[in-house]
Amino acid sequence: MDQLLTLLKENARLSTSELATMTGMTEAAVAAKIAAYENNGTIRGYQAIINEELADKNALTCFIEVKVTPKAKQGFDELANTIMGFDGVESVYLMSGSFDLAVTLSGTDYKEIALFVARRLSTLDGVVSTSTHFVLKRYKDRGVCMDTEIDERGLVAP
Amino acid sequence: MIDYDKLIARKCYDMKPSGIRRFFDLANAREGVISLGVGEPDFQTPWNVRQAAISSLERGKTKYTANAGMVELKTAIADKIRKDTGVSYEPSDIIVTVGGSEGIDIAIRALVDPGDEVLVVEPCFVCYAPIVSLSGGTPVALETCAEDEFKLTASQLKSKITDKTKMLILPFPNNPTGAVMDRKDLEEIAEVLDGTDIIVLTDEIYSALTYGGEHTSIIQIGDMAERTIYVNGFSKAYSMTGWRLGYVAAPTPLSKQMLKIHQYAIMCSPTVSQYAGIEAITSCDSDIAKMRTEYDQRRRWLVKALNDIGLSCFEPRGAFYVFPSIQSTGLSSEEFCERLLNEHDVAVVPGNAFGDCGEGFIRISYAYSLKHIMTAVERIAEFIKTV
Repeated sequence: MDQLLTLLKENARLSTSELATMTGMTEAAVAAKIAAYENNGTIRGYQAIINEELADKNALTCFIEVKVTPKAKQGFDELANTIMGFDGVESVYLMSGSFDLAVTLSGTDYKEIALFVARRLSTLDGVVSTSTHFVLKRYKDRGVCMDTEIDERGLVAP
Repeated sequence: MIDYDKLIARKCYDMKPSGIRRFFDLANAREGVISLGVGEPDFQTPWNVRQAAISSLERGKTKYTANAGMVELKTAIADKIRKDTGVSYEPSDIIVTVGGSEGIDIAIRALVDPGDEVLVVEPCFVCYAPIVSLSGGTPVALETCAEDEFKLTASQLKSKITDKTKMLILPFPNNPTGAVMDRKDLEEIAEVLDGTDIIVLTDEIYSALTYGGEHTSIIQIGDMAERTIYVNGFSKAYSMTGWRLGYVAAPTPLSKQMLKIHQYAIMCSPTVSQYAGIEAITSCDSDIAKMRTEYDQRRRWLVKALNDIGLSCFEPRGAFYVFPSIQSTGLSSEEFCERLLNEHDVAVVPGNAFGDCGEGFIRISYAYSLKHIMTAVERIAEFIKTV
């Protein structure tokens, strides 16, 4: 992956000037490249990585495995498009293996998620079955540890 | 009451503890300190290397190996040196050591007699001069300076050579300055040494961490390999500090002598580490490349940030240290570091811990995440405003 993308993926708040320093490019070149990535859709957005346990005590996340009957022409796309339009859906992946779509859903109470699965997801045309797994603890998210990592090295060494 | 002090060998008793030790104690006594003070990588040892070690334990590979190390590992090391430098060593001229440190120790002990002078490029890693003194030799400092980008110059070397000079210790890429010696610089050094009986001990433990250009070893210059003891290891390149694995390669008559010390003092390097070493040296090139890229990004950020806050620093091209001047603050290196620690809870190492000519500088390590470095530099900037 382009060094610029790797750096932004790690820390999207690096300034153009910092990115230029770190990659040895000019600021103008960095700005142009980022603009190009944004325009062609390579960079889809910039978000903070939040420890939800601290931000909202009631936050709930679940992974839902969805088995689907693909449609003749569109395959899985139509159903995936429908699901990703629902509120609270954070991600929708098409998977290899024993199920088809992996849906990540966030909500604030158990009932809300139960209703989503029972009323909205299961009833969709083409959905064969669902299996819902609740997240009990987030250790690491998008490459970031939720607890402070402990540096086992001494403070000062030759 | 036994007067232990009287019993201790004078050479050991007179040896000063490392200047870094005092800072370690000061920093450890405080809470909430963030450090840019360590000399080891922050990356984990690549997983496949750890796996190779675990697998060797599972297979019960827990006996001594040959004194000089496993043939398979020595062959892989010889291949690597050939690939990196073009110089061929027989595996039998390679000794697998307990870190690069042991390689330095056995090289000095095998060569230095009482009365011999050993030229030590300073600032440098802390172990050379004490080991020379333990061998009865006299360490002679070759003081490098910021104006020369902390390189050793030919004229400087020439001016310190006497008929007692036995060895030149050449530690590049350098800890603490991050300086490297380019081919041209090394050629000038080689020219001075040509025709003398001086042996070079080249400590290239940071050779994998060279930025913006290939590392050049002194053994690549002319017939310098004939008069050079080459030390390298796994600690910095593969992030394997705790495994204690290094190696030394030298002309047969020298390696034969060093091996005697190694076999009596050490027996052999840890077997589990040797298995890990084989995996590292044969299949971790991409891990090294990835780590190097990340170090390089931090290095560039840090050099600019330090210059921006008023600590001028030359651009280091190797290792993972920057060595900014703190002379503009009017403080000594130790005052600067102690106050930075006490007033802003940031630990860095005073430059004079690496030799007198390091006075007026501090060593900052970037073997930390960028986020960590940014926080520390913010605190350093605040401190500088107050002095």
